[in-house]
Amino acid sequence: MIDDFLLRAIVGGVLLACVCGPFGAFIVWRRMAFFGDMLAHSALLGVALGLLIGVDVRLGMIATCLASALLLAYGQRQSKIGSDTVLGMLAHSTLALGMVALAFVQGVAVDIMAYLFGDILAITMGDIWLMAGGGAFAIAGLIWMWRPLLALTVSPEIAAAESIPVERLRLIFMLLMALVIGLAIKIVGVLLITALLIVPAASARFFARTPEQMAIGAALFGTGAVLAGIAMSWHVDTPAGPSIVISAAGLFVISSIVMMGLRRS
Amino acid sequence: MTAPLIEGRGLTLSFGGERVLDQVSISIRAGEIITLIGPNGAGKSTLVKTLLGLQKPDSGDVIRKPGLRVGYVPQKLAIDQVLPLTVKRFLTLTRSASRSDCEQVLAQVGASHVIDAQMSSLSGGEAQRVMLARTLLLRPELLVLDEPTQGVDVSGQADLYRLIDEIRRELDCAVLMISHDLHLVMAKTDQVVCFNRHVCCSGQPETVRQHPEYRSLFGVREADAIGIYTHEHDHEHDLSGHVVEGCGHDHSHDHSHHHHDDHRHHHHHGDAHVHKEADTAK
Repeated sequence: MIDDFLLRAIVGGVLLACVCGPFGAFIVWRRMAFFGDMLAHSALLGVALGLLIGVDVRLGMIATCLASALLLAYGQRQSKIGSDTVLGMLAHSTLALGMVALAFVQGVAVDIMAYLFGDILAITMGDIWLMAGGGAFAIAGLIWMWRPLLALTVSPEIAAAESIPVERLRLIFMLLMALVIGLAIKIVGVLLITALLIVPAASARFFARTPEQMAIGAALFGTGAVLAGIAMSWHVDTPAGPSIVISAAGLFVISSIVMMGLRRS
Repeated sequence: MTAPLIEGRGLTLSFGGERVLDQVSISIRAGEIITLIGPNGAGKSTLVKTLLGLQKPDSGDVIRKPGLRVGYVPQKLAIDQVLPLTVKRFLTLTRSASRSDCEQVLAQVGASHVIDAQMSSLSGGEAQRVMLARTLLLRPELLVLDEPTQGVDVSGQADLYRLIDEIRRELDCAVLMISHDLHLVMAKTDQVVCFNRHVCCSGQPETVRQHPEYRSLFGVREADAIGIYTHEHDHEHDLSGHVVEGCGHDHSHDHSHHHHDDHRHHHHHGDAHVHKEADTAK
């Protein structure tokens, strides 16, 4: 008989791994890893704001992620400062701001580590419902715009010429990505969330011949990493979030070795 | 006259203080073939991107026929290795199509063998053929080609232009083509727009070729090289039936040569005369 908290961790983790897979594939294709990092960093500010104004912390995180995405979408329009610089500035100033703001929250003992590295074993039923609802919404959105989003990833010129609303889709994708990151922080935390997005997608790249195969493969690799990470945490008593990321990295190494073997033969 | 498919009015655009488009007005009507030529850095691609709505002009308007179907073949399609993409999947990038439809259009462009290949593994010529095949599936009213033969060797270029011509005839669409392969382009086109940040001159190939701004832009030697090509091309047409036009060109070309020689002859005579006169005056 599995313990309830373990079951909740597995359900929540697998749910989000499946959502992160296809989004991670797009993040890899569109080279937005740093962008994802920035959104995640800003989430800590959301935690602080949530506690200060007395709103649910999870909603606070999602809201700040969405706000940062909008801020960035605007910030990237200008060309005086490189977009990687804009990202770096925002990522670390929001993280710092979040830490400072948390220091102002009085009377509540905030477990910062849980936000930085995730706290999957403390998932509640409420978390699972939020992840299921938000995740379903994000995936539905991604499926809805799959073909045009892929077209603009392959070539923005072709997409624009063929009447695809490039700018609008870019913005919608950034917002959906912010939502996914806001949801997934519970699993691996602010500092590791990007890994959960990109590492499974990178592993799937070895075996995929089409974008769709890579997206589904990323979901499977992500699921594998979550299960292996939870198992590792359970048996060796390691912190769960980092264990999941280590498992994902391990799967990547194994895939690349397998792929090299296949090429040789 | 029907309304244009796409029309740009007074398009002006600067990048960091440098003016790339200067009051450009251009329009493309159904069935027209327009070739945009100009030196490197003249802003040809920028103009096309502005017309397609990918680049916003600082001022001026782009009017696009509502619901216009455009097929766009970019200069070079750099498909990143990180994105796995088969040719079949690329063909259905913006519109779905059955495998047999994909096979059919690939056969039409002579690239059937690559249907399951990865886009990133194609050679330059193959990639261009696949992109043309994709436009066959789209059945556009306007086909936009940005230097379609870049990175293709000379014999392959002629093949590609023949293919583009076939596709145009099949789709019965308008064509807007950027090119600096002047030698091959001019003979096939209805209207040439010579472009260097503004429209220098435009008209039928022969008219543009004679235009002083065009000649100064490309240099006399380059301009004459095109002339020779046009001549050869007309000759080809001659054989396939367009007797009168081809013959006329042939004639004029020969004529001008003779003329040139005659002229020099006259000149010599003239010179001699002058000398003589000068002598007698002394």
